[in-house]
Amino acid sequence: MYAFIARRLLATLPVLLIVAVLVFLMLRLTPGDPAAILAGDAANPEQIAQIRESLGLNESIVAQFGIWAGHLLTGDLGESFYFKMKVVELIGQRLEPTLALATLTILIAVLVAVPLGVIAAWRFGGWFDRCLMGFSVLGFSIPVFVLAYVLIWLVSLKLGWLPVQGYQRLEGGFWPFLRHLILPAITLSVIYIALIARVTRASVLEALGEDYIRTARAKGLPEWKVLVKHALANAAVPVATVIGIGIALLIGGVVVTESVYAIPGLGRLTVDAVLARDFPTIQGVILLFSFVYVFVNLLVDLSYVFFDPRIRY
Amino acid sequence: MSAARNEQAQDPVLQVRDLAIALPAGGERAHAVNGVSFEVKRGEILCLVGESGSGKSVIAQAVMGLLPRQLPVAAGGITLAGEDITHAPRSRLRELRATRMAMVFQEPMTALNPVMRCGAQIDEVLVEHTRLDAAARKRRILDILNEVKLPDPERIYAAYPHQLSGGQRQRIVIAMALVLEPALLIADEPTTALDVTTQAQILALIADLQARHGTGVLFITHDFGVVAEIAHRVAVLRLGEMVELGTRDAVLKQPQHAYTKMLIGSVPDLHAHGRPLDAGAPVVLSARGLSKTYVDRGWLSGRREVRAASDVSFDIRRGQTLGIVGESGSGKSTVARCIVRLIDPSGGAVLLAGQDIASMPARRLRPLRRQVQIVFQDPYRSLNPRRTVREAIIEGPLNYGVPRAEADERARKLMELVRMDPGALERYPHQFSGGQRQRICIARALAMEPALLIADEAVSALDVSVQAQVLALLEEIRERLSLAMLFITHDLRVAAQVCDHIAVMSQGRVVEYGPAAQVFGAPQHEYTRALFAAAPGRGFAFGGRA
Repeated sequence: MYAFIARRLLATLPVLLIVAVLVFLMLRLTPGDPAAILAGDAANPEQIAQIRESLGLNESIVAQFGIWAGHLLTGDLGESFYFKMKVVELIGQRLEPTLALATLTILIAVLVAVPLGVIAAWRFGGWFDRCLMGFSVLGFSIPVFVLAYVLIWLVSLKLGWLPVQGYQRLEGGFWPFLRHLILPAITLSVIYIALIARVTRASVLEALGEDYIRTARAKGLPEWKVLVKHALANAAVPVATVIGIGIALLIGGVVVTESVYAIPGLGRLTVDAVLARDFPTIQGVILLFSFVYVFVNLLVDLSYVFFDPRIRY
Repeated sequence: MSAARNEQAQDPVLQVRDLAIALPAGGERAHAVNGVSFEVKRGEILCLVGESGSGKSVIAQAVMGLLPRQLPVAAGGITLAGEDITHAPRSRLRELRATRMAMVFQEPMTALNPVMRCGAQIDEVLVEHTRLDAAARKRRILDILNEVKLPDPERIYAAYPHQLSGGQRQRIVIAMALVLEPALLIADEPTTALDVTTQAQILALIADLQARHGTGVLFITHDFGVVAEIAHRVAVLRLGEMVELGTRDAVLKQPQHAYTKMLIGSVPDLHAHGRPLDAGAPVVLSARGLSKTYVDRGWLSGRREVRAASDVSFDIRRGQTLGIVGESGSGKSTVARCIVRLIDPSGGAVLLAGQDIASMPARRLRPLRRQVQIVFQDPYRSLNPRRTVREAIIEGPLNYGVPRAEADERARKLMELVRMDPGALERYPHQFSGGQRQRICIARALAMEPALLIADEAVSALDVSVQAQVLALLEEIRERLSLAMLFITHDLRVAAQVCDHIAVMSQGRVVEYGPAAQVFGAPQHEYTRALFAAAPGRGFAFGGRA
């Protein structure tokens, strides 16, 4: 088991290396000059050349990569062209909002979707099941920004219950912090509710057809125990897998949501950095995202051991 | 023992009166069961016998109140220990389950929740139906684990189902059913999925516990050997109707109804058939020191070897049938698969027409493959559901360059040979019954004009009357075509009926090999004797046979 964890963590290194090379190359190949953007509209060619020189963009691509990779090994992601600070610090500042938003989103999604999926499977083919399936199609197809604006209009502008946008740091108190997160998290969670509810329904439905469900009923257990302790417990592995995939996909989802709700998180940072051709920041954020992706996958694999005693690594 | 107890029994534990259960409209018949009446007395084992589709499991589910909504009780009544439960509310049925009536199911491998410890699964029953505290519950569970004769109850208590054998799991299910001493135990084919020696132990356990606690048992089975072992009385079902009800000896020795007579007549004898053997018949295939070892190389766990078959030798002669008999895991199917080269043997030789095919490269093997054909156990899964019967049968010959017209002609002839209408060639497998599909599988194998036909548990999934027909068909084909046959089975009765030679396998080895009459008449090896001793209904005179 520990050997398995060590092996999996080691395996992340080549993944990160490949991501690093690809991101680095792609950024250099896309049009747009960071120096020109930094210099502004009124700049003359000499100024731009000077900025290029100071950013180290006149070196060959190989040399640039060598310098960046060398710093990377010491844990230094370089310095942002645009924000004029260390990328590591920059990410540190922006981490909290994104982490808070992602956590709350997944929490809402799981707490809502799993019970919905179980009930739908239990009442397979009934009105509840059909409504949920209809909702999940809607949840998949409605764009995040449309839902966001509808919710803002309804909850914030018409009802005035929650703030329209913005973010409060946790150190400013838990309630203000939460108030600002509720709407973005609900917006973002809809698609994951649809996804997780569907998978929960399907795998609980499969478990309900198994012989041990009949055994559980023959014991005289009440229906909710049959559903939770026997059906859901056996359906947990696919559900955990899809929650893991959800967490990984969430990273892409926060970009739009953070922009709409003006939350200063990693998603916003990515957008700003891309617009400014801020190479070191983009590289740093993407490396972080890939690491999270690999790490979440490892956690999902480890959760299988917890959910199913037959699985051993 | 049972007679004395029956006399003093007062109220029957279970009374079923004129029970009718409706089938959804548009089915092959209107009722799953109709007009069925019987009772189970205290301390009595009533066997409900019938072939698939007879409605025996439906009756069990009706008593437990576990019928799916599509199958409502249409008429009649069910009384459990004096209480009419035909239309009892769900909450009342839940209270009665495990306390007054309990059930043991067919498949011990899947009847337990795989992600829950065995002790916890029994504990659920006690939590639900008693007010015992945790310590008292645990004591009670360890007691019952002891009573069902599981070794080391503490370890079993903490074990997950996958860590136990099939027989042990079935003991857990029985412990779970009996922990609250219910008046009625329903056992639905509880030993069908088990090996014959395990089956004998579980049957003895059920009979023992039942006698000690005075439990009434409704025992559902299709196996007359099991009925002969365990029943006090027998009820025979056919297509949802009860055709005969009586004591064990009356029904099994002097059956009255034509259907019962036919069923009992289909039970194969345990004596070898005693056909004369031509010792000079040419050898079609021989195995010499055949072995198959599975090696599991873990990343850090090192090498693990499983010897599925080791040092297996035998000859199969033209026009004769060799039976390989053994329990699950004995390696009998591994041997069959090695001979057909579905898997590659790890050692030894397989001589076919003078050539060793054990390690022959695939290209040279191809022309020889035609000569060895195999029929598998499950006729429901061994035919491609999207191809017609014709396509299934002619695919092989076409692959070997037989012209289409000739292959079609061959398919038509083979359908007649296996007693099917050649018109059926254009239909799909799902339109046929299990016995018909197995006939199609046999025709498919014969289309290759093989020298050797392997039947790997080919009749095990079939009802006893259908099984008798398919066995007769295989016999006829062997004789007419002078085929060599390798017959793999766990069922000693079947082996006795068709085999000329027998190889008994245990743990990957052949422990006894010889002419069938000799192996059945005077078994030499200890394991063979144990196997025969465990065969249910051994020594019972079915239908008054000698």
